Amino acid sequence: MSEISQNILIRNARIIDPKNQLDKQADLYISNQRIAAIGDAPAGFSADETINADNLWLIPGLVDLSARLREPGLEHKANIETETRAAASAGITTLCVPPDTDPVIDEPAVVELIHRKAKQAQQSYVYTLGALTAGLKGEHLSEMAALKEAGCIGVSNCRNPVNNALILRRAFEYASTHSITVFIEPTDKHLSADGCAHEGAIASRLGLSPIPYAAETAPIAQILELIQDTDIRVHFGRLSCARSIELINEAKARGLKVTADVAAHQLHLTEIDISSFNSQYHVLPPLRTQRDMQALRLGIATGTISSICSDHQPHEIDAKLAPFPATEPGISSVETLLPLTLKLVENGDISLHEAIASITCNPAEILNLDVGHLAVGKSADLCLIDPDLEWTLNIDDMLSHGKNTPFAGWNFTGKNIRTIIKGKTVYSAS
Amino acid sequence: MVNKATRPTDDLIGQDLWNIQLDDQGQLKHFLTIEGLGTNILNQILDTAESFAGVNESVKKVPLLRGKTIVNLFFEASTRTRTTFELAAKRLSADVLNMNISASATSKGESLLDTLRNLEAMQTDMFIVRHADSGTAHFIANHVAPHIRVLNAGDGRHAHPTQAMLDMFTIRRNKGADFGGLRVAIVGDIMHSRVARSQIHALNTLNVGEVRVVGPKTLIPKDIEAMGVNVFYDLQQGIKDADVVIMLRLQKERMQGALLPSEQEYFQLYGLTEERLQVAKPDAIVMHPGPINRGVEIDSNVADGPRSVILDQVTYGIAVRMAVMSMTLGGNIASAKQAQEPQS
Repeated sequence: MSEISQNILIRNARIIDPKNQLDKQADLYISNQRIAAIGDAPAGFSADETINADNLWLIPGLVDLSARLREPGLEHKANIETETRAAASAGITTLCVPPDTDPVIDEPAVVELIHRKAKQAQQSYVYTLGALTAGLKGEHLSEMAALKEAGCIGVSNCRNPVNNALILRRAFEYASTHSITVFIEPTDKHLSADGCAHEGAIASRLGLSPIPYAAETAPIAQILELIQDTDIRVHFGRLSCARSIELINEAKARGLKVTADVAAHQLHLTEIDISSFNSQYHVLPPLRTQRDMQALRLGIATGTISSICSDHQPHEIDAKLAPFPATEPGISSVETLLPLTLKLVENGDISLHEAIASITCNPAEILNLDVGHLAVGKSADLCLIDPDLEWTLNIDDMLSHGKNTPFAGWNFTGKNIRTIIKGKTVYSAS
Repeated sequence: MVNKATRPTDDLIGQDLWNIQLDDQGQLKHFLTIEGLGTNILNQILDTAESFAGVNESVKKVPLLRGKTIVNLFFEASTRTRTTFELAAKRLSADVLNMNISASATSKGESLLDTLRNLEAMQTDMFIVRHADSGTAHFIANHVAPHIRVLNAGDGRHAHPTQAMLDMFTIRRNKGADFGGLRVAIVGDIMHSRVARSQIHALNTLNVGEVRVVGPKTLIPKDIEAMGVNVFYDLQQGIKDADVVIMLRLQKERMQGALLPSEQEYFQLYGLTEERLQVAKPDAIVMHPGPINRGVEIDSNVADGPRSVILDQVTYGIAVRMAVMSMTLGGNIASAKQAQEPQS
């Protein structure tokens, strides 16, 4: 970002920063791409731009643990430029890309390509997870040290399982040797088979191939046993079952270094939603029961699940235009991460501070990145929220190339209206 | 809790599983699933089929759908079902086009919607659809031009409503129109059966006394009780005092998926023999949607025996399909014709 940095004064915002236990009405000063002061003006500060933030919240830029940008390999769905622009417009200043691109992120050249494109786009910061095994095939370890050197901040096999427990154990040990966190999307390919719906009354009635709870919980239990008595850091992402939360809780009580996240849509939708075969509700893991949804919300409230992510998966229109089982799973969701999280506050499930922490400092901590909070001297990555703005999600207004969302037509209260990254406004609602 | 008030009702009306089958007069528009249809509609289908059953025996052809073009759109191989639909359409004087679209055709890149658009452009009036994916008939009904009617001839494991209605017709002919005192047992591979799912909905809509499903746990879908059935894992207990025993076809590939150990053991435990049938009511009838696997789910003595109505089912299949076609496509013609007839 080569242009001359501006001095910006954000006047009279409600500044909320859960990590630093900050929640007060104050001014924030940006200078030299960094936060120069909160409260009183730094000596000699002269504002090039003053933003009146009466009745607005100023929060750290959002951190998204899992967003697929579709580049390289699936550019007909979306690309890094479009999706980071969409993410930034929704307040996400940092996001993490899983390695299931094409080619897979299992060698430094792919990491470099993604980082270069992201830099050109000048939108959200993009971090990458490397493949846990070469080609995500679950057979050989990837060159994790080289991937870390190239910039990967963790490794994952996505939803591709490592069926051989010995290989899995060695992958954990090798990652741990290099202090790399392993990100797991727990899936047993045999138990989930060709399934597309939660195993229960709805799938039975609709005749959709079922995915049992055990497809998620059995691998979690296995991994927790494999890492018993080690200091390996494992993050379990996109959980969908009440039982998974119990397992994570037990593991934490035993002192294991495990963390967990949930996709925002899992906190608002259930198996009932697939009753009309609407493919926009086709997601993996599948939408589960009301009981599971409540347990996931409670998991956020109690801290067992520390983070909410978008699990962004943009698709071209045709990917969802087929009979339900034949459609591609996933939701284009960077633009609904904040609104769906705020809806939990509106519903009384979690506090405002818990909500903001779950999409800022908590995911930053999992990624081991010094982002997601506001402190003097830190890069000015933040957003301004109008908490009272009532709006309806219209897919024509979405910036993502993927218009696949079941939330079209939903009413929300509260919206990001300005995103600042490194002291520069990258998005402003007009 | 999801706040229902925030739901996009307008968008969803067109996709609603239960409304899309009916027009704004409450008349049958598409026939995709039994679920959500009222007792009145099901009885209307059975009554209309009754009037066509006579046609089949004597006149053979009526001009109700003359000038209409009906497309048999089969993405899954089937001879028997396609043939009965074809016969039914021809007896209503419609023109019939048979399209057998194998998986290879769609793998050439033409999407299902492309195929539909092409057929629509040929000025067709009805698609009869069979497809391996559950929900296909709904998908097509949601995307066709407004004048086109869709009949589901089987979608994945979801529904096969005309088969269920011909089964209801068979039961009605043998047991009378009041289903209230009947106990019906459906035996076998419930898990993979679209026929069983549609039968269960139809029987419950027609207020049957009890529906039972019988099979090993590997072939009974989770929480199937929610559809209004009692589950039995033992054949003798399951068919005890039954008025109707419906045997389902067991696909050979189920042995490979570790759902069952062998055909022999399945027959020993769930195969219907004369001896086992003794526990059912003395006048119980035996049904099977076909094609039957003799010696796997049913013994030849039973299949060809006095209680078997399996061939009746095939015969009635034509009348029931004529009824559904005329109601969805020629509804206006049929009711106009009825109005002209003197009231007795």
